[in-house]
Amino acid sequence: MAGKTLYDKLWDAHLVQNRDDGSALIYIDRHIVHEVTSPQAFEGLRLAGRELWRADSILATPDHNVPTTQSERAQGVSGIEDSVSRIQVQTLDDNCDEFGVVEYKINDSRQGIVHVIGPESGACLPGMTIVCGDSHTATNGALGALAHGIGTSEVEHVMATQCLVAKKMKNLLIRVDGELGQGVTAKDVVLAIIGEIGTAGGTGFAMEFGGQVFRDMSMEGRMTVCNMAIEAGARAGMVAVDDKTIDYVRGRDFAPKQEHWDQAETYWRTLVSDDDAEFDKVVVIDGGAIQPQVSWGTSPEMVLPVNSAVPSPEDESDPVKRTGIERALDYMGLKGGQNITDIHVDRVFIGSCTNSRIEDIREAANVAKGRKVSASVKQAMVVPGSGQVKAQAEKEGLHTILTEAGFEWREPGCSMCLAMNADKLGNGEHCASTSNRNFEGRQGYGGRTHLVSPAMAAAAAIAGHFTDVREL
Amino acid sequence: MKSFTTVNGLAAPMDRANVDTDMIIPKNFLKSIKRSGFGKNLFDELRYLDEGLPDQDCSGRPINTEFPLNFERYQGAQILLARENFGCGSSREHAPWALDDYGFRCVIAPSFADIFYNNSFKNGLLPLILSDEIVDQLFKEMYESEGYSITVDLSEQTVTTPSGEAFSFEIDEFRKHCLLNGLDDIGLTLQQAEAIKTYEEKAKVSTPWVFDMIKSV
Repeated sequence: MAGKTLYDKLWDAHLVQNRDDGSALIYIDRHIVHEVTSPQAFEGLRLAGRELWRADSILATPDHNVPTTQSERAQGVSGIEDSVSRIQVQTLDDNCDEFGVVEYKINDSRQGIVHVIGPESGACLPGMTIVCGDSHTATNGALGALAHGIGTSEVEHVMATQCLVAKKMKNLLIRVDGELGQGVTAKDVVLAIIGEIGTAGGTGFAMEFGGQVFRDMSMEGRMTVCNMAIEAGARAGMVAVDDKTIDYVRGRDFAPKQEHWDQAETYWRTLVSDDDAEFDKVVVIDGGAIQPQVSWGTSPEMVLPVNSAVPSPEDESDPVKRTGIERALDYMGLKGGQNITDIHVDRVFIGSCTNSRIEDIREAANVAKGRKVSASVKQAMVVPGSGQVKAQAEKEGLHTILTEAGFEWREPGCSMCLAMNADKLGNGEHCASTSNRNFEGRQGYGGRTHLVSPAMAAAAAIAGHFTDVREL
Repeated sequence: MKSFTTVNGLAAPMDRANVDTDMIIPKNFLKSIKRSGFGKNLFDELRYLDEGLPDQDCSGRPINTEFPLNFERYQGAQILLARENFGCGSSREHAPWALDDYGFRCVIAPSFADIFYNNSFKNGLLPLILSDEIVDQLFKEMYESEGYSITVDLSEQTVTTPSGEAFSFEIDEFRKHCLLNGLDDIGLTLQQAEAIKTYEEKAKVSTPWVFDMIKSV
């Protein structure tokens, strides 16, 4: 019999019951909750007179709607100017109080983006099944966990039953061999993967990231990669456990206590795909060939190395794709054949669950150090992913480097990644963004998003247009 | 949940690939704490020419007359014809809520994004997969004939065009059962409470740290 993949092992360890129709009941260890996708779930429980199966498996925090300016944040929930946002954040507080759920409230020093605080607090651990009503939950897969996004009905289902009805996915291995070149980061790797396999390339699969590039990559980098698994269509992305995983977890708030640590570590070290495991599909990419990436269109698969030209519709033979390119160029205000380095940027956003961890802030500060944001850039903002990231960055003096260069230093939250708060693009503005989606209107009505790494975003801020960070 | 048995309804086009959930229901409208009322903002940025606000009365907003859902001939449509990878992007259940609230009962496409596909079934909205060729044929026939109505029969698993041509589709048995009967997943799972508790007892021995409480410190 063939060995098991990491996903097979995680699935088997959480199987409560196989059902006759091929679906299964899977036990959920950890549930992370935020204000946008939970109110209707709590309401559903209340209407049905149901209780939480295990309140102490849940950690909540507001992130999507919270303001990121110090002035608006200073007064807590009551200071949120947008009344609709304020009600949503207040509703999360009320629901957590009523149901006995631990919540890091808006001005708690541990508040932050759900997918940043999960690993950071140790609430999310290797070997766990982790869900959250947010598609970027796969971020936690970097720990060697099975983590994925769910809808609000499933949020309610997990709250009431601690289980999910699921069908086992197929196994996909993305192997990136070799060594990354200088100036090439985790973000470039995942953008290159999406460019290669497309936004539906991983649909129906659990995606494991293997190969030397991921072994060499930091935990933060692995989180960036797993975060964007959904942008390649896969609900779950994951990386096998190794020394880096164990070292990362040790000492975190909710990490196993002394009496369980050895047992946990021994178990976690088994969380790797067996040598003879069989994957349904394997994609191999040469890590050494990956260049810094910039997305040019309105889907994350519309991405290219920085030193290339935007594609021309007439070069595409498939009519649906050709129309897609035409529509994207029109929305983005670009011409086929135009050099990516000739695209000017109006705003720069460094943040989001993809790229707001300490390493990302260091990467941006490293580029910004001793330089100035171009006068042609209207705004360049850095939004740390959590209160802890912010505190660490300030301890290292990174905020000083960034503000001296002309970047704004903000309070933690999702911010301009999806622009549910006041941080958004104006109509027609181009943004160098370290977020995960370049969909039409994502960062603001009529806004034009270009997905890049933190280093490339900082470089674009300095130059006023996209530029190869390696040549800066 | 409302059940889905047979729907005979007017078809309308969403003729582009990779329609994402931001397009289906833009984030401005996710601030609601309710499940209903999203229909008027379905495809908001395509339907209207201005930027929409939550809780706004949409009756006086400028309409994008080039967007097919605004055409007179597609008013009252219950079936949405779409292209590959429909519903990609976020996990927001507001996407199926908006489609349902608008009046759609079924989306027909060659493929769907996983989370959207899953979410639809929880809301009595049928995401129905037909091959690229058949979807292409339906698009062509729909464009050529005004008032193009399709019959979707879930128990027979067939899609029938106005000419009487029928296509069969695949669907997971359990999902079909729940949709036909409008069954609530939670109630069904809670019937297995003993199995869940048995699992927990075992797991408390093999991975005890998983059951350490999340506590406020």
